[in-house]
Amino acid sequence: MPKPEILDPQGRAIQGVFNRDGHELVLGVRQGKRFEISVNGPITDELLDEIEELAANVLSNPIIETYAIYADEGDGE
Amino acid sequence: MTTRVGVITFPGTLDDRDAATAIALGGGEAVPLWHKDKDLNGVDAIVLPGGFSYGDYLRAGALASVSPIMDAVVDSAKEGMPVLGICNGFQMLCETGLLPGALTRNENLNFICRPELITITNTKTSWTNFFQPNTELLIPIKNGEGCYQISDEGLKNLEAKGLVVARYNNNPNGSKNDIAAICNEAGNVVGIMPHPEHAVDGLVGAGVDGLGFFWSIAGVTV
Repeated sequence: MPKPEILDPQGRAIQGVFNRDGHELVLGVRQGKRFEISVNGPITDELLDEIEELAANVLSNPIIETYAIYADEGDGE
Repeated sequence: MTTRVGVITFPGTLDDRDAATAIALGGGEAVPLWHKDKDLNGVDAIVLPGGFSYGDYLRAGALASVSPIMDAVVDSAKEGMPVLGICNGFQMLCETGLLPGALTRNENLNFICRPELITITNTKTSWTNFFQPNTELLIPIKNGEGCYQISDEGLKNLEAKGLVVARYNNNPNGSKNDIAAICNEAGNVVGIMPHPEHAVDGLVGAGVDGLGFFWSIAGVTV
C-alpha cells in the first residue's frame, strides 16, 4: 500500500467518482497492489523469510510503500 | 581524448538513440550497452535513457533496476563514474538507491508531454558544470510518473546540501519543492525528469537548451 503520507492520486480519483455517484459515506480511497506467489512445498519459516526479502527489496519500494504477507496452505488454486 | 559515454538499452527503452545523438552532438562518443551485459566496456560515463523499461510493470524503473548490468552501474557510480538517469532512468536510479526518493503518478494523473521551463540550481555536478547558476532552460517533459516524492527529513537533507540540480518554474506534476532533477552528494550521479536529449537540435525540438548537459560530460567549456 502507499504510505499514508504519500499522495495517491489514483485513490483520490476513485473516491471522487464514488462521491459523485452519491456514496457520500466514502471518506477516502487508497489503491495498492496484491501479488499471489505460489511455491513448491510447505510454508516454512525459511520460505517466509525469503518471501519477506522479495517483498521488501523488489515487490515494494520502502520509500513510498508498505507491505504485509499472508500465507495460506491451500490446494494451489 | 573523447569521453566515451555508455547508453544502456533495456526492453522498452525509447530514448537510447536520441541520447546517443545528443552525446555525439555534445562532443562525446556514445557506446551502446545492453541490459544483459555484465561489464561496461570501459566507458567513462553512463546514460540511463528514458522510455518504459519492462512496460513500467511493478513500478516504473523497478525491474530495470535489478537487470544484470545494474550491478556494474551501481558499483561504478559509487566509485565516482558519472551517471545520468533521464526520466525512466531517474526512476531506475531511485529504485537502486543511488538517489533518494521516488517518482510517483503525476498529481493530476495525466501523461504530460510538452516543453517546460526549468532552472538549474546546482552547477557543480558532472552533468551541469557547463551552466551558470540559475540558468533557465526550456526542456521537454514526457511522463506519467514524474511526481518526485521524498520524506520530509530527506527533503531537508537535499535542500541543506544543495543536491537539487533543477527545479520547474511552473510545477507540472506535484513534485515536492518543484524538483525536476537531483544529484548524489558526490555530484557524479544525476537524475532528471525532463529530457535534455530531446532539446539538442533546433530542427526537431523545442530548442537546443539540453546540449549543456552533454557539453558538461564531454568537458566542453566556454
